[in-house]
Amino acid sequence: MAVNTDKNLYTVVFAAIMVVVVGSVLALTASGLSDKIKENQRFEKQQNILYAMGVNENVDEGSVNFIPADKVEAEFTKYIKEQLVIEDGKVLKDENAYLIDVKKQTTLARKGEKAKLPLFIGDKDGKKFYIIPMYGKGLWDAIWGFIALDDKMVVQGVYFDHKGETPGLGANIKQRYFMDDFTGESIMSGTKYSGISVAKGNNDPINARKDDNKVDALAGATITGNGVSAMISETMKFYEDYLKTIRVN
Amino acid sequence: MRLLSKKDSGLILDPLADNNPITIQVLGICSALAITAELKASIVMAVSVMFVLAMGNVVISLMRNIIPSKIRIIVQLVVVAALVIIVDQVLKAFAYELSKTLSVFVGLIITNCIIMGRFEAFALANGPWRSFLDGIGNAAGYGLILIIIGFFRELLGSGTLLGFKVLGDPITKTGLYAIGYENNGFMLLSPMALIVVGIIIWVQRSRNPALVEEN
Repeated sequence: MAVNTDKNLYTVVFAAIMVVVVGSVLALTASGLSDKIKENQRFEKQQNILYAMGVNENVDEGSVNFIPADKVEAEFTKYIKEQLVIEDGKVLKDENAYLIDVKKQTTLARKGEKAKLPLFIGDKDGKKFYIIPMYGKGLWDAIWGFIALDDKMVVQGVYFDHKGETPGLGANIKQRYFMDDFTGESIMSGTKYSGISVAKGNNDPINARKDDNKVDALAGATITGNGVSAMISETMKFYEDYLKTIRVN
Repeated sequence: MRLLSKKDSGLILDPLADNNPITIQVLGICSALAITAELKASIVMAVSVMFVLAMGNVVISLMRNIIPSKIRIIVQLVVVAALVIIVDQVLKAFAYELSKTLSVFVGLIITNCIIMGRFEAFALANGPWRSFLDGIGNAAGYGLILIIIGFFRELLGSGTLLGFKVLGDPITKTGLYAIGYENNGFMLLSPMALIVVGIIIWVQRSRNPALVEEN
């Protein structure tokens, strides 16, 4: 029997059934996979933190290779000695500080409200690393990352990532040649916490100068580069009081 | 015995050349401009569109006799959106790295006019098997153009292909850079993708004058 698909009642019933069917399929998929997805996100955070402090599987100058997901948890406990949360000037220990939502806490800190700011202390070959998560905005969407400092406030490594920067342009903030430039730069300019600026026309493409608080910008990605600069200097302001207590001149 | 009848193989082969969705039907231009600065991104986009278009075409074709014509566009959108979300979730769970590369393009797949165009023009009037072939063919035609544009933009704009330095190192001045070659930064900007599409259309029409419209 042919159905008259033009009737209003049929259209309404069809739409209702479609919404229920599609909604259920999506809900089932999402709930079925949510544990696995959360686990992947947890591993990714651990991989990023370890990457910033130089624990990775990079094989040559161009590669960005993390510790594999199946080994990352063991490596994380091996290298990360302390996880701290700075809240209202107080420094507290927190076993799961890496799971703190940095986006939410940065938004609170920007408004001047009480925020939980995580910080990780790593130890590799007897050397101490202070790893700070960062969150900011690029051209199209969010950018974030981790910066590893030593007690002289010199950058030991960084990791940047983004949500929707332009492939081939702003998306290159997660390329080795950009991230590696930050290593060796100081976040201090004299006695001031200045951060590091991503400078156009730096005229130092191989980044030989390490005392200028500047790294060479990405061609065609001015706003993403400015976003990275702003993100670092803003984060340093949030952590300045704590960093003063650990700084060695 | 042929695997596909002549008519069926035409569904796959026509969109590759004489009925290409980008150069002839002029659909899907926006994503061709947005994501082709790198060859890898072009390939990932091509594969994702192929999955969504082929599966979507099959689903719409199976439902073609029961979809109310008044809300058919909404039904098509829901099908595309649901497929894209499922693909995204499955990738996030089982191929997390790839899903991060894909995330930029997910929104673009939903708005890709080729998908809605094929649902409207083909899947609503044909059976599931032929709709599947049509989806594969059109996505392949779209992907082919994307890969050509991505190849030239990445090669001339960054001197690399799939991230490998093929023209030498621009900083230490090796390879072509040693004799004074410079990367063309224009190639990385979206307008150059439009110019490359224009050049492909020009080459294609000059080789096959039957494609040129009469005034």
